[in-house]
Amino acid sequence: MKVLSLIIALVMGALLTVILDDLPAWGDAQSPANAHVSAYYLENAYKQTHVPNVVTAVLADYRGFDTMFETGVVFVAVIGIMAILRREGVPKGAKSRKRPPHQPPDPAITGVATRFIVPFMQIFGLYVIAHGHYSPGGGFQGGVILGASVILMAMTGELKSALNRMSEDWFIIMVGLGFLIFAGVGLACMFYGGNFLDYSALAPLFSGTPQEAAITARYHAMLWVEIGVGFTVMSSMFAIYTYLASDGWMDRGL
Amino acid sequence: MEWLQINYNYLLVIVLLMIGLWAMIGKNNLVKKCIGMCIFQNAIIMFFISMGVKAGSTIPILNYTKIDGVKTYLTEASMYANPLTQILMLTAIVVGVATLGMALTLVQKIYSEYGTCEEDEILEKLN
Amino acid sequence: MEQQYPVLIVIIPMFTAMVLTLAGWFKPAVCQPLAVVGLLGSFLSAVATLLQIGAGEVISYRLGGWEPPFGIEYRVDSLNALVLVMVSLVALLVAIFARKPVEKELGNKISNFYTLFVLLVTGLLGMTITGDAFNLYVLLEIAALTSYALLAMGRGRAYMATFNYVILGTIGACFYLLGVGLLLIKTGSLNMADIGTILPKLVGSETVLVAFGFLMVGVWIKMALFPFHGWLPNAYTYAPTATSCLVAPLMTKVSVYIMLRIMFTVYSADWIFNVIQWKPVVMVLAVVAILMGSFFALAQRDIKRMLTYLIVAEIGYMVGGAWTGTAAGLTGTIYHIMADGLMTVCLFMVIGSVVYRKGKAHFESFKDAFQSMPWTMGALIIGGLSMIGVPPTCGFFSKWYLISGAYQSSDYAFIVALLISSLVNAILFIRIVETAFFSATPSEIPDPHAHHEVDYADSPVSMLIPMWVSALALIAMGLYTGEIVTRWILPILPGGLI
Repeated sequence: MKVLSLIIALVMGALLTVILDDLPAWGDAQSPANAHVSAYYLENAYKQTHVPNVVTAVLADYRGFDTMFETGVVFVAVIGIMAILRREGVPKGAKSRKRPPHQPPDPAITGVATRFIVPFMQIFGLYVIAHGHYSPGGGFQGGVILGASVILMAMTGELKSALNRMSEDWFIIMVGLGFLIFAGVGLACMFYGGNFLDYSALAPLFSGTPQEAAITARYHAMLWVEIGVGFTVMSSMFAIYTYLASDGWMDRGL
Repeated sequence: MEWLQINYNYLLVIVLLMIGLWAMIGKNNLVKKCIGMCIFQNAIIMFFISMGVKAGSTIPILNYTKIDGVKTYLTEASMYANPLTQILMLTAIVVGVATLGMALTLVQKIYSEYGTCEEDEILEKLN
Repeated sequence: MEQQYPVLIVIIPMFTAMVLTLAGWFKPAVCQPLAVVGLLGSFLSAVATLLQIGAGEVISYRLGGWEPPFGIEYRVDSLNALVLVMVSLVALLVAIFARKPVEKELGNKISNFYTLFVLLVTGLLGMTITGDAFNLYVLLEIAALTSYALLAMGRGRAYMATFNYVILGTIGACFYLLGVGLLLIKTGSLNMADIGTILPKLVGSETVLVAFGFLMVGVWIKMALFPFHGWLPNAYTYAPTATSCLVAPLMTKVSVYIMLRIMFTVYSADWIFNVIQWKPVVMVLAVVAILMGSFFALAQRDIKRMLTYLIVAEIGYMVGGAWTGTAAGLTGTIYHIMADGLMTVCLFMVIGSVVYRKGKAHFESFKDAFQSMPWTMGALIIGGLSMIGVPPTCGFFSKWYLISGAYQSSDYAFIVALLISSLVNAILFIRIVETAFFSATPSEIPDPHAHHEVDYADSPVSMLIPMWVSALALIAMGLYTGEIVTRWILPILPGGLI
């Protein structure tokens, strides 16, 4: 099996090496990948959305449909892991013998440090979500930071204490709620007469001439959408950690 | 030598792809297969990102200057790196994380069911 | 409203899944009706979209209001629309069927099951309708992740089988992504129709050829074409009943659709059959897939496993039909995507009913089945006739088109393989019918003088109705073959075929 896989890997590598002369040079600004569609984005993103961070503009507006399904992938991961791993009740008999003995963490050093760090992490996470229009950031990045803050609480304290603050009911609700916010914005656009996720259809909600209102609508709708993404990612990070670390029993972590 | 210097970014990606694919198929331990999967997906991500580089460019957040006191954004395309490939790879990273989570869940279930993570021992127990 | 139908096909199940998660967490009994309602809405939108398409027309729906290639586009032509109707119909039937088996096998995970079910259908529908190569990758991963979770909800050996599927499926999806990356680096666009217009200017480029190779191998892994079929029998056999009824007809057929899209919309028939010389190799793979699938099916004792090997053989039909390079062959492949979806769902529902009543689906479970489960066996006979290729079921017409297409392009090995496969299918189904009628497995000798009372214990009505709807649809599709082919399939056949 190892020899066969080595041959397959070498064949694939050889196939890719043969075409290297045909690929554009590294750093070429006029290669097709850099010139056709992405040049349009760089030149027109500010004019059409008033968002200087072109990555956020494309992610949340031009290719927002992909982002919605990416949120869906995170949602599916949580539901899938819950479906496979989650168990009811308490471990007994052979199952309790198979688990390694539990060593409660020492709260003196790590607990105190966590209590200082977590509030700053959460404020920074919220800032990253909100400031995604002007600096690197956005829903995914901020959501991961927020999720990491809860995981930090779970790792340095007991898993139960983190679950008391964000219980299983809550994180299931938030995972669904975040995805619903994103898709709900798209549905609202359909109610106002546009296509799905066509934010300019929300222009009647804002003041100004129709063109200006359309641009403002795009600017604001991107923020709502990013907030939805942040909800989903935060709760899913903690959910995946909880299920994997406790092997489905949801009683104690690592 | 010249050829290596010009193409070294693609060659690095190709080496990582080969290592990842070999690990996914050839290794015996299930966790090592998952690591191979990570390497393979990250190599493809690196390929896309190296596609989007422009010589002498900065991150794709528009800079502005003040012309006659009015803030105008500079939208010359060759000043900024390609945003499209970065966005595609944001999605690919998230997908990779989700797949890795699913694979590790299955490894955990297999371990609690059979007591081992080595594929040949599991196949013996199945037969 | 009419122009919103294409997007409604995908977002109705998506919203249903989200509502299911929230509602089902607190009250599981509401899950199955919600899933059925959502999938019914999707099916009606798909039928409405199919009826809107005139001859050779293409509906283009711009998501976000941006024009392609700067935004994502949904392109629906009649190939798409037919596959969408088939996928949503099969999903609706399985959702109605799944009520009793899911309660029995997965009692405490009902809400998770239905959420994953509806999201799998969302992923498959989204893959079929999209016109953007990267959007297809994201939806491919949604469908794949949900199917991993659904398949792993079985017991015991399901975990190892699903892990092998995870590894192979990830290789397939990553090869697809690598192919899209190579196309992006040469053409600069992600929209499939746009790439199709740029590629003819890049004829001599090796990158385009290697990209085609990666795309094809990735899709072949997902559809379980020989030699990449290793994951399919194990993964589908050990899955829960309702999961295999949903996944078996759909996942591989949508991958065949993706292959057709890549071959004829992104690349062109002229380039594939005249410029590169891959056809002989692919025809060999298809022929081996058919023969190997049929002969391995003969050797199985477990009927569910036998059906999974028949899926491998059917994939051989479709790949061979598309790569003959003739209009009749491609017509056969497109027609067979729909026919095989319906056939497979009918047979898997029959097997699911037998498992629900008897516990497993070996030959012993079929003893005296004609007296204890007459309606179920009736559906089995219709499905079996379609597999063998007996008129007026649709299986006959798809084999007719495939054989005439292979005859026009002189692929005689493919014709021989198709005929051998029909013969083997006949043997397989006659053996089951014989067991059901004479109450003796193939290895026992029937005793004509033994008489014993057999209770009437047929499948519940909620499982019989979808089974019979799919069986009757097989016959109806066969009777209406002429209209289906002339109205929807012939107009979209690409130029450049024999």
